Amino acid sequence: MSGLNGSQLAVPKTIKMYIDGAFVRSESGRSYPVYVKGTKQLYANLCRGSRKDVRAAVTAAQEAQPGWSGRSAYNRGQILYRMAEMTESKRSEFVELMTETMGTTKAAAASSVTRAIDALVYFAGFADKYHQVLGSENPVSSPHYNFTCSEPVGVVGLLGGDTVDFDVWVGQLAAIICSGNTVVALMPELESALLAPLSEVLATSDLPKGVVNLLSGELDELRAVVASHMEIQSLCYMGDDSKVWSELKVLGAENMKRVVAPGRETMGLESISGFLEFKTVWHPIGT
Amino acid sequence: MRDFINIKMPNGSEKPLPLVSVDKVGVTERANFFTTRSIKKDSKLWALYTAISMVDLTTLEGADTDDRVRQMCAKAIHPVSPYLFQEMCRQSGAAVEPIPSVAAVCVYPNRVKTAVAALKGTGIQVASVATGFPAGQVALDIKLQDVKQAVEAGASEIDMVIDRGAFHSGRYQDVFDEIVAIKTACGDAHLKVILETGELGSLEKVRFASDLAIQAGADFIKTSTGKIPSAASLPVTLVMLQAISDHYQATGRKVGMKPAGGIRTAKQAIHYLCMVSEVLGAEWMNPQMFRFGASVLLNDLLRQVYKQITGRYYYTKAFSLD
Repeated sequence: MSGLNGSQLAVPKTIKMYIDGAFVRSESGRSYPVYVKGTKQLYANLCRGSRKDVRAAVTAAQEAQPGWSGRSAYNRGQILYRMAEMTESKRSEFVELMTETMGTTKAAAASSVTRAIDALVYFAGFADKYHQVLGSENPVSSPHYNFTCSEPVGVVGLLGGDTVDFDVWVGQLAAIICSGNTVVALMPELESALLAPLSEVLATSDLPKGVVNLLSGELDELRAVVASHMEIQSLCYMGDDSKVWSELKVLGAENMKRVVAPGRETMGLESISGFLEFKTVWHPIGT
Repeated sequence: MRDFINIKMPNGSEKPLPLVSVDKVGVTERANFFTTRSIKKDSKLWALYTAISMVDLTTLEGADTDDRVRQMCAKAIHPVSPYLFQEMCRQSGAAVEPIPSVAAVCVYPNRVKTAVAALKGTGIQVASVATGFPAGQVALDIKLQDVKQAVEAGASEIDMVIDRGAFHSGRYQDVFDEIVAIKTACGDAHLKVILETGELGSLEKVRFASDLAIQAGADFIKTSTGKIPSAASLPVTLVMLQAISDHYQATGRKVGMKPAGGIRTAKQAIHYLCMVSEVLGAEWMNPQMFRFGASVLLNDLLRQVYKQITGRYYYTKAFSLD
C-alpha cells in the first residue's frame, strides 16, 4: 500500500472511517499518523473520530437496524459468508498491514486472517441456526404452549481496547450482526489501520449501509459518548481495563444498557447470545 | 416586462406595486451563510427554548379526531412532563427554566372547538387553517364561510391559502381582494397568509406574492401548507423576510413570519432564528412575530435540550409522539 508497483512514488493512504456505508473523514478534520512498526516512517494517516462522528454512526446504525433484522436469517448468513469471501480476497492486504504496522510475523498474521475467515463462515452458518439452539419449548403446568425465542437487542457499541486479536475482533463483530443487531465499532487503537481493508470488505459484501460502522480514534475520548448514548442498547468492551469497565457500566445504567464481555471463544454461541433479548410466549391451547 | 403592477386598494386609490427582481444566486449564498454560525452552550439552550415557544404545533390530517387534538393540546401546554423535567435537571445539577409551552396549535376548522376547550386559560393560541385548505380552489363565499365558522368557534388566528390559480393567471387584483375580504371576515383574529411558495415557481413570484399579502393586510406571511413536497427553505424565507423588512422601513408596520413544512431538526430551526435575528432584528425574535409551523420539530428541540442538560445524546422514544 505504501508504494505503487514499479513506481518510486509512494502514495501514503489516508484511511477513512466507514459510516453509513460511506468512507468519510472525521467531521472534526483531525487525523493521526500510523508508522511502520519500530520506525518513524509514515505508513498512513488515520482519522481521529469525534463525538459527532459517533452521533452520525449511531443514527446510521439505528436507521439500518429494522431493515437488517427484518431480513431473513438465511440472507444474513449469505452476506456474512460473502464477507468471508471478500476477506479471503484481501488476505495479502491484511497480512501486509499487520506485519508493517503491528510488527506481527508473517506466519502469525496469515493464521490470524485464516481464523477470522473461519469465524465469519462459522457465524454465517449460525445465522439461521442459533434460534433453534438457544430457543426452547418450556414445559408448564397450565394449558399453555410455552416457548422462548430470541430477538436482537438493537444497536450495539463495540469498543476495542488497546489491542485485540484480529480474528477475535472480526468474530465478535460477525456474531453481533448475525442475529440482526447493528454496530457502532471503535477500532482497537493499535490495530486501527486494519480499518482500511475491513471497511472495504464490508462495502463489497452486500451488507446494507449502516449495519456496521467503523470508527478510528481514541477510546479515552469516545467511550463516554458511546456509553452514554441513549440509542445504543448494548455495549461490548473488548479490553480488560477495570476502570473502563466500571465507567461503562455507570454511564450505561441510565438506559439499562447491557455491558457485555466478548465471548470466551472466538467461535462460540456465547458471542451471539450476549446480544439477544429472550422473549417467552404463553400461548393458550385450551384444556 | 413591466416594473410594477397597479393594485386597487380597499379605499379606492391605486397603488403601483413594484416587481422586485431577486438575485437567486445571491439569496442562496446569503441564506447558506446563516447555517455556518456556531451556537453553543447557553446560547444554544436559549435558542432551543425560544424555538419551542415559537412552535405552531400542527395536525392537519384527514384522520384527525377530537381525541387526537386534545392529546396534541396537552403536549402543547407541557411538551414534557414538568415534574420529570425538574427531576432530570436536579439529577444533572442544571439550573434551567421549565420548558415553555408552544405558541399555538393549528387545526382544521372542525376541530377548533375542541382545541379551544382544551387550551382554555393557558394563553396558547388556537390557529385554524381555512379558505379551502390546502388547495384554496373553492368559491369566495365558501372561503368566507369557512373563516367565519372558525372564528366563531374561537380561533384566534386564521391561516389562509392564496388562490395560486388566480396568481398564475396574472389576476393579482383578485388575489389581493380575496385577502382583503378574508382579513375583514377575520375580525380580531390574526391573519396568516400562506403563499405556498413551492407552487409559485420563482423567488421573484415569492417576493411579489409577499408584497401583495402584506399590502392586503396580512398579519403574518407563511411559506407553505406542508401538503406538497417543496416546503419552507432558507432562501425562500429570506426573500419573505426581506419583503417584511422593506415594508417595515416604508410604513413602520411589523408583519410576522411563519416558515412551515420541512423544518424537522433543531439545527434547522436555529438556522432560521439566526436569519430572523440578522435580517429583522430582536423585535421579531418572539412568538408574536415569528412562528414555526411544525409537528416533528418539537421532539427534536426537546431532544437537544435534554442533550444540553444531561450531556447524553437522547433517544426519540423519550418523548411522546403527539
